[in-house]
Amino acid sequence: MTDELIRPRRKDPLRKTREPLLPQGVRSRTAHGLTAAAAEGRFALQVCADCGFTLYPPRDACPRCLSARLPFKDVPPNGTVLAETTIRTSTDVYFRERTPWRIGTVALDCGPFFVTHLHGDVTEGARVKMTLRLDKSGNAVAIAMPDRPTEHQEDDVQLRELTCDPKFRRVLITDGRNATGQAMARAMAAAGASIIFVGVADPWKPFPNETTLRATPNVEIVSLDLTDTQSVADVAGELAHRVDILVNTAEHPRSGGIMHRNGLTIAQQEMDTRYFALLRLAQHFGPTMRARGADGTNAAAAFVNLLSVHALINWPQYGAFSATEAACLSAAQALRAELRGGGIKVLNMFAGPLDTEWFQSVPPPKLSPTALATATVDALRKGIEDSYVGDIAQDIKARLDAQPKALERELGA
Amino acid sequence: MKRRGYDGVVLCAPISIPYRRYSVDSAHWWIGRALHALTQRTGLRPTDIDGLSVSSFTLAPDTTIGLTQHLGLSPRWLDHVPMGGAGGCVSLRRAARAVQAGDADFVACIGADTNHVDSFRKTLSSFSRFAQDAVYPYGSGGPNASFALITRNYMNRTGATREDFGRICVAQRTNAQRYGGALMQKPLTMDDYLNARPIADPIHLFDCVMPCAGAEAFLICREDDAKSLDLPYVRILSAIERHNAYQDDPIQFRGGWAMDRDDLWAMAGIQPDAVDFLQTYDDYPVIVMMQIEDLGFCAKGEAPAFVRSHTLTTDGDFPHNTSGGQLSVGQAGAAGGHLGLVEAIRQLTDQAGNTAVPNANIGLVSGFGMINYDRGLASSAVLLARA
Repeated sequence: MTDELIRPRRKDPLRKTREPLLPQGVRSRTAHGLTAAAAEGRFALQVCADCGFTLYPPRDACPRCLSARLPFKDVPPNGTVLAETTIRTSTDVYFRERTPWRIGTVALDCGPFFVTHLHGDVTEGARVKMTLRLDKSGNAVAIAMPDRPTEHQEDDVQLRELTCDPKFRRVLITDGRNATGQAMARAMAAAGASIIFVGVADPWKPFPNETTLRATPNVEIVSLDLTDTQSVADVAGELAHRVDILVNTAEHPRSGGIMHRNGLTIAQQEMDTRYFALLRLAQHFGPTMRARGADGTNAAAAFVNLLSVHALINWPQYGAFSATEAACLSAAQALRAELRGGGIKVLNMFAGPLDTEWFQSVPPPKLSPTALATATVDALRKGIEDSYVGDIAQDIKARLDAQPKALERELGA
Repeated sequence: MKRRGYDGVVLCAPISIPYRRYSVDSAHWWIGRALHALTQRTGLRPTDIDGLSVSSFTLAPDTTIGLTQHLGLSPRWLDHVPMGGAGGCVSLRRAARAVQAGDADFVACIGADTNHVDSFRKTLSSFSRFAQDAVYPYGSGGPNASFALITRNYMNRTGATREDFGRICVAQRTNAQRYGGALMQKPLTMDDYLNARPIADPIHLFDCVMPCAGAEAFLICREDDAKSLDLPYVRILSAIERHNAYQDDPIQFRGGWAMDRDDLWAMAGIQPDAVDFLQTYDDYPVIVMMQIEDLGFCAKGEAPAFVRSHTLTTDGDFPHNTSGGQLSVGQAGAAGGHLGLVEAIRQLTDQAGNTAVPNANIGLVSGFGMINYDRGLASSAVLLARA
């Protein structure tokens, strides 16, 4: 049974902040097939398209029939632990300060033998479910999880290195004026976040459901205007060293395409509220978060972007909005590379139209802010990097994978 | 087709360059020292050495070809054998055939590596593609962790205890004290062994080799050339190698020796009881046990009982790793694959000094190496006889 995580004590200001170190981050190009699966929380291995052999470690030829057709496919994750060891000394600086560290050999029911991290509740002979997770270096590793959930299993120290669980972490939600920010605050409170800072521009101005937000446990309202660089800088100066998870809930969806909009005012507002706000947050909170990637139980862990799935492919009905979201996605990819040195994950939550006033004329299915907030907490708990939330987002992703040109035409029809 | 013998080809000039824990010198330097010692021992000039076979992990960016210019050699036969602990026997097999076929007259076989302060970590993290993709990110325990899993599985399946492994390590330390060239010569008791600090359970400190710098070398030539140079020599009775054997075993429980040992014994025309000493590859005692079983000294799973009922010191009834093996002498990278072979040549040419096994006429040397992912891929063995 996993020991329940203890609420971290206030940090001793005289102690040196532990510098973030990373496990080895080099992988072969083929092995990034595992990274792609881990980024989405899937368990996928290469399955030979010619002979059906499931193989691991990743290869460029099938060891059964020498075929080169070796796509990654989701496979059953069940297996048995054949042997385990506790590593007590390591040549690597990251693991050296994290020993003892348990690994084992798991025979998967689908064939391969896996050298893998072991969850603390998994012992020799146990049945396990394998999962692929992203480690601090941003690359996929496997961890064998208990066959059935155990008490406090999310608190396991080795698992917590691979996740961004909000439990006992301090969260900044950048915009609490909208329904998504408010739902996010509730979800974080339910997930055990110790403080939830919620940014509100001009807090003296009332806004819908303000009373409920203020009454949400552990919520602390801060005055934050994402379109004002000085405001972002001021809040970062005050709070950046206490932000373990940043969730950018700023939104500015406006309907309309490119050609029929008159002038650039709306487009500039969109870019200011979304793209430039992301840059402001990255510049003022990013460096401090990156430096705090190994700062104890509540180390900095994640920078979360809520993106429209139409960042991936333009939806002409919301054409300018889609373009703004695409800019945000591109910036998020840059930020992901920049924060990796600190072991901080950048999560991109891709959503379809939300069930809010700004998508009033769009027919269902639409995504409720609560569902988006719940999915965000789930992604943080699993350490997922790219999450497609709801029916529309998953539909768009599937069509994009299958036939992007068809999707472009269909969205423009 | 039946394997052809190695008639007329012999091994001579066993060279060991004293090991050092850390060295500021390069692998080139260590190989140079070994070759220099070889020329001095044999009276050959560097230009007479027309064949060169080298095993080394720390020679980058060079391979053996670069060494020819570095060392001023002009060989007509050249080999690079990147097979770690199996390298000595593999070099021998290839070089012996070259000499037999007349492609070369004098082949220098050298295993050598340097060990800078940070060499070991760098070697581990980039050892192989599978190690990089699928082993090193998992705790970076190196071979200690890989062998911990293999040892654990072996203990589960055979009932072997830590004390059984300890018998191997303690006996080798006794041998090392007689050898004199070992980095670890301090007496080792069973209590010391059992109370050592854990490294990766069930592996404890004295199950592990100490990475170091060093070089081992020997010469392969025709019997009549060895005679005319007045060099004591040994004959090759038989030799085997096998790679990636038993791929479907979930955890390594046996090595490639088991696939080819019938050939090994049949080619030599002898049985295991004819062997006077055994030099195994011993980076961890579990792999010694597998060699004892898979080479045919006892049945599978019975090595723990075998080591309990035999004495493994040079004066015992089953002399094993007579110079102390890597567990006591140190693991000088790829030189570890040549250590047992060089010691065997000393044993069979009356050059073993204090480690001499009385009346040693036949010796078996086996090699093992390359933990590419979860198991050692390369295995090799040779049977040698006093001339």
